[in-house]
Amino acid sequence: MLSKIIEVNQLTKTYGGVHAVDHVSFTIEEDKIYGLLGRNGAGKTTIMHMLTAQLFPTSGELNVFGGNPYENESILRQICFIKESQKYPDIFSVHDVLEVAAASFPNWDREYAHDLVGDFRLPLKRMVKKLSRGMTSAVGIVIGLASRAPLTIFDEPYLGLDAVSRSLFYDRLIEDYSEHPRTIILSTHLIDEVSQLLEHVLVIDEGRLIMNEDADDLRGRAFTAVGASTKVEAFIAGKEVINRTPFGGMTSATVIGSLLSDDKKQAEAQGIEVTPVSLQQLIVHLTKSGSDRKGVKA
Amino acid sequence: MGYLIDDSRPIFMQIAERIEDDVIEGRLQEESQVPSKIQIAAFYQINPATAAKGVALLVDEGVLYKKRGIGIFVATGARALLMEKRREQFYEQYVVAMIQEAEKLGITAEHLTEMIKRGAKRVE
Repeated sequence: MLSKIIEVNQLTKTYGGVHAVDHVSFTIEEDKIYGLLGRNGAGKTTIMHMLTAQLFPTSGELNVFGGNPYENESILRQICFIKESQKYPDIFSVHDVLEVAAASFPNWDREYAHDLVGDFRLPLKRMVKKLSRGMTSAVGIVIGLASRAPLTIFDEPYLGLDAVSRSLFYDRLIEDYSEHPRTIILSTHLIDEVSQLLEHVLVIDEGRLIMNEDADDLRGRAFTAVGASTKVEAFIAGKEVINRTPFGGMTSATVIGSLLSDDKKQAEAQGIEVTPVSLQQLIVHLTKSGSDRKGVKA
Repeated sequence: MGYLIDDSRPIFMQIAERIEDDVIEGRLQEESQVPSKIQIAAFYQINPATAAKGVALLVDEGVLYKKRGIGIFVATGARALLMEKRREQFYEQYVVAMIQEAEKLGITAEHLTEMIKRGAKRVE
């Protein structure tokens, strides 16, 4: 059993009567890669700000590395949080930013940081305020990887990065994580890009935690049935339907269930086409506004 | 990313199938070493724990085995074991699916048999 480095119990953040984070409970285990997924505005960033002591919870319990992170330097030094729109002082060059990071993180690897700067073609002498959106993101990625912090949190780390740079990020992340296992939380709404890097998935929707499971357990958890409406309706009766789209005389319905069961044979015998649902599609269906169903039970 | 991986099926099963294919087609010989979980993870851009789970599945099935402190190896007899397993799946996966599609297109059993014979000749 891996040890838990974060324990969150009934965590809530309220702004003017609105629950930005609504009684969320979960644990984070050591040395796993987590995905904190959900739509923009779902409450992901608010959760990360509470984990890193940049926001006070309205209520609930929060335990990070065995204590409350607020004003606790020994805990905060173990956390590297790369924010979505990280601001650096205007007078800093890329080199300056990396020097400050080197002094802040006990596990900082100077040589590795240097290699990453080369990989991402970052101009060390340029002022950070003059960097493009993508290059600013790359600075965050370099810091997040080279810090080797026991808990590293990336919030939408690849805004403005081109496909080559994003792929480079995934490669470096896997390599370095393999050699130096640590806990990583990737928060993003771009699920399909990162889903296969994740070991565990937390999905937040409208401030609530609606999914907390191993990523691989969710693949193939649902399937879509397409065919004549009357046949599809009969087939899905009694099943858990998470999406239903009619077109013409046809219906496409996504239901919870495994294609390894007899469902597939049964459907095919009735001329219904069945296809498995990707992790990305499953989460899209579950977080779509108007979705009558929240969460997936094992 | 990840054009090699299908996000709608458990990835550890896909990794196990890739290794099975490598053994069946002779790219991985019996008693040779299997790539490490780190190599597999890097190649497919997947989580190393998922890669390890795929390998563990084949260790459980006796296709692969662990040499303590060295790595994972293909067991003697693994190829025959996998061929047997795949043959059992062949009927369900290919024959049944083919007959269903043929029915949809109005292809008779006779015509289908004829087509299979023609296809077999080509392979020869």
